[in-house]
Amino acid sequence: MADTLLFFTELMGMPVLDLKGRRIGRVKDAALVPLEHPSRIDRYLVGGGTAWFVVRHDQVQSISLDRGIDLSDELLTPYHDDEYMLRVGRDLLDQQIIDINGRKVVRVNDLTMEIHRQDGRDVVLVLEVDIGIRSIFRRLLQGALPTRWIRRLQESIPPNSIHWDLCNVVEPDPHRRLRLNISYQRLENLHPADLADIVEDLGPAQREAIFETIDSEVAAEALSEVDPKMQAAILEALEPEKAADIVEEMSPDEAADALSELEHETSQEILDEMASEPKTEVRELLEFEDDTAGGMMNTEFVALHENATALDALSALKGNEDLLENLNTLFLVDPEERLTAAVPLARLFVAPANARLKELASELLIKVPVDEHQDRITELFDKYNLMTLPVVDEDGRLAGIVTADDIISVLRTK
Amino acid sequence: MTAPKLLSRLRYQVAIFLAVIGPGFITANVDNDSGGILTYSQAGAKYGYLPLWTLIPITLLLIVTQEMCSRMGAVTGKGLSDLIREEFGLRVTFIVMTLLVMVNVTNVMAEFSGVAISLELFHVSRYISVPLAAAAVWFLIVKGNYKSVEKIFLFGCAIYVTYIISGFLVKPDWKEAAIHSVQPKLMLDRDYIYMLIGLLGTTIAPWMQFYLQSAVVEKGITAKEYVASRLEVVVGCIATDVVAFFIIVACAGAIYSVRPRDIQTAADAALALKPFGNYAYLLFTAGLLNASVFSASVLPLSTAYSVCEGLGFEAGISRPLREAPVFYLLYTLLIVVGAGVVLIPGFNLVQMTLLSQVLNGVLLPIVLIFMVLLINRRDLMGEWVNPQWFNLVTWASVAVIIGVTLALVGITIRGT
Repeated sequence: MADTLLFFTELMGMPVLDLKGRRIGRVKDAALVPLEHPSRIDRYLVGGGTAWFVVRHDQVQSISLDRGIDLSDELLTPYHDDEYMLRVGRDLLDQQIIDINGRKVVRVNDLTMEIHRQDGRDVVLVLEVDIGIRSIFRRLLQGALPTRWIRRLQESIPPNSIHWDLCNVVEPDPHRRLRLNISYQRLENLHPADLADIVEDLGPAQREAIFETIDSEVAAEALSEVDPKMQAAILEALEPEKAADIVEEMSPDEAADALSELEHETSQEILDEMASEPKTEVRELLEFEDDTAGGMMNTEFVALHENATALDALSALKGNEDLLENLNTLFLVDPEERLTAAVPLARLFVAPANARLKELASELLIKVPVDEHQDRITELFDKYNLMTLPVVDEDGRLAGIVTADDIISVLRTK
Repeated sequence: MTAPKLLSRLRYQVAIFLAVIGPGFITANVDNDSGGILTYSQAGAKYGYLPLWTLIPITLLLIVTQEMCSRMGAVTGKGLSDLIREEFGLRVTFIVMTLLVMVNVTNVMAEFSGVAISLELFHVSRYISVPLAAAAVWFLIVKGNYKSVEKIFLFGCAIYVTYIISGFLVKPDWKEAAIHSVQPKLMLDRDYIYMLIGLLGTTIAPWMQFYLQSAVVEKGITAKEYVASRLEVVVGCIATDVVAFFIIVACAGAIYSVRPRDIQTAADAALALKPFGNYAYLLFTAGLLNASVFSASVLPLSTAYSVCEGLGFEAGISRPLREAPVFYLLYTLLIVVGAGVVLIPGFNLVQMTLLSQVLNGVLLPIVLIFMVLLINRRDLMGEWVNPQWFNLVTWASVAVIIGVTLALVGITIRGT
């Protein structure tokens, strides 16, 4: 292995030598100062006698595996405060970090670093975070066998590392996050389902930190994918204001599901913070029992007058572009808003522009009242191979729709 | 508070309690595994109702340790091996995990031999019963998900009721039993003291702490629901020792009252129940089978889970094989080795059980001390750190458990 590589476990305990080559102590930890440089080891914490000293990166002359660290400057300051330091040994090693590329949470076993010659002195840059068996092996043997032997022995084990750029450190404390220049912005580009998996693997404090800081829209999408119990825990832990921002971005039925898991007072607090339009919708949905049509349905449907034509339908769709992705049925209602027919969306494509939607409707109109039990609804989906099922209130007015993904959720949680 | 509001609060509380049921019950019940049943049977067979008083202190010790784990799980959202890794480093974690695997593999052997013994009473050869049980256990976890597995485990807990029924069928002397349950009886008799140490020593095992905490985390119990979770742990511990009570009582009524004697296996205890009717015998044997299969499912799972958690490998039954290869490999190995050893003709299982007891004695003190240190860390536990008075209780309990465990190790080593 090239001598320019250095593992953090090897750096730990390395002797530090003054200008005359006398040993003044050993390395106890090393720290990055992310605000100055994202990957350079900026400070070496050296223990000599009873006190710890700080060696800045520009006080180091050279670093070698066999000799240790030679200093170029002996004016060391005592170690006291580390506000801007990300200490590798304390804050990174053995802790969980997020692997952005692999979209999972991993535990840090070791760091692979590079000794880099720059302006006549050795600078150490963090290259990779090591996970997997090779780094466990290395750490277990460090100190027990000579370093060079360990390097040779580990060759046979395949390495498993993540590029430092693709790691996201998780820090629950907002002040420290600022000082250490940690942001969760990159998490916003992940698929919401992946982000949900990641937060499920973290502890509660880290989880809340992520939801607190990322964009509400992304947070809402991710939260919809999280297990309902955890949804409740997360919402409860957030400030009601932030929770409301996230809930507003969720679809009303999912928002209602999430809020219904909360204690009454907490969900009221969150509702109070919400904008009035989504609030009324969510409030209405909250009235229904979880396992009934009312509790399962959402209100994201398109309904047209029963005499509307295919052309009217197209213009209605243009006005509801945000619904298009999941839309597969249009509904027709009479002047009293009572449901009269359902039109499969695909039939519009082959119909002339002036065709009456009524003529394109499904032969059989299947609908359920708001208090229909979920088992019966599942049965209907199975029996009639439904994608969407309209739900009507006691007067026969269209109240919402249940879609196939709701059924899948029901079946999965059984 | 108005009536409907009160009702809604009550409904919420009940819902929370139902939502947290599982971890505490399961952990405490697995404690009554084939080894535990043998110890209780031996105690009842030789000393009748005398040892019953130990059950109250045993329950208290169990509650103290289990409560800590469920609290840590609920507050930190992390498993015990996660926390040990984060706070004490990789090397310590590796040593603890190695010991844990060694202890647990012997425990798994004991469970599969429990399967063999109980089904041999029904004239099923162990060469059929053990491989079948091993395959069933393996499929249960690999093909199941957390929720369904937990439901099956809870059903397993319910089957322990067979011991309660068989306890009644033996028609023991209830008055005696009641008196000795509350009246401590100490005798300066070597065997009696050994028996007491054995009873206490089998009660708290290292794996329980790991399993319980991980289960609490996996179930998503939060600090807010923790009060309900603690209640569940307490009820689970009590239920477990109620079962232990009935095992001792059944053996006291069936064996001690007829002729006090030493018994070698749990099968001896079951056979001794035969004169009291076929049902008593059948139920006792069915209970043993259930306990063995149940523990044989939980132990390898819990071990693989803790090890992977601590060493940073992907773990969990909700993950597919491809994502968590180490987890499934370890899990499979534990079952294959545990079940395979029982099938080796002439294999000395007693020796293995003794070894397991010694390793247990080495590991348990380490784990308990780590637990108390962790639960006192304010940066981890926040407002949920141990209150001062409870620390006294905890350290005292831990000291008692360690003392008893080391005494058991001493006896074991001297006896071999």
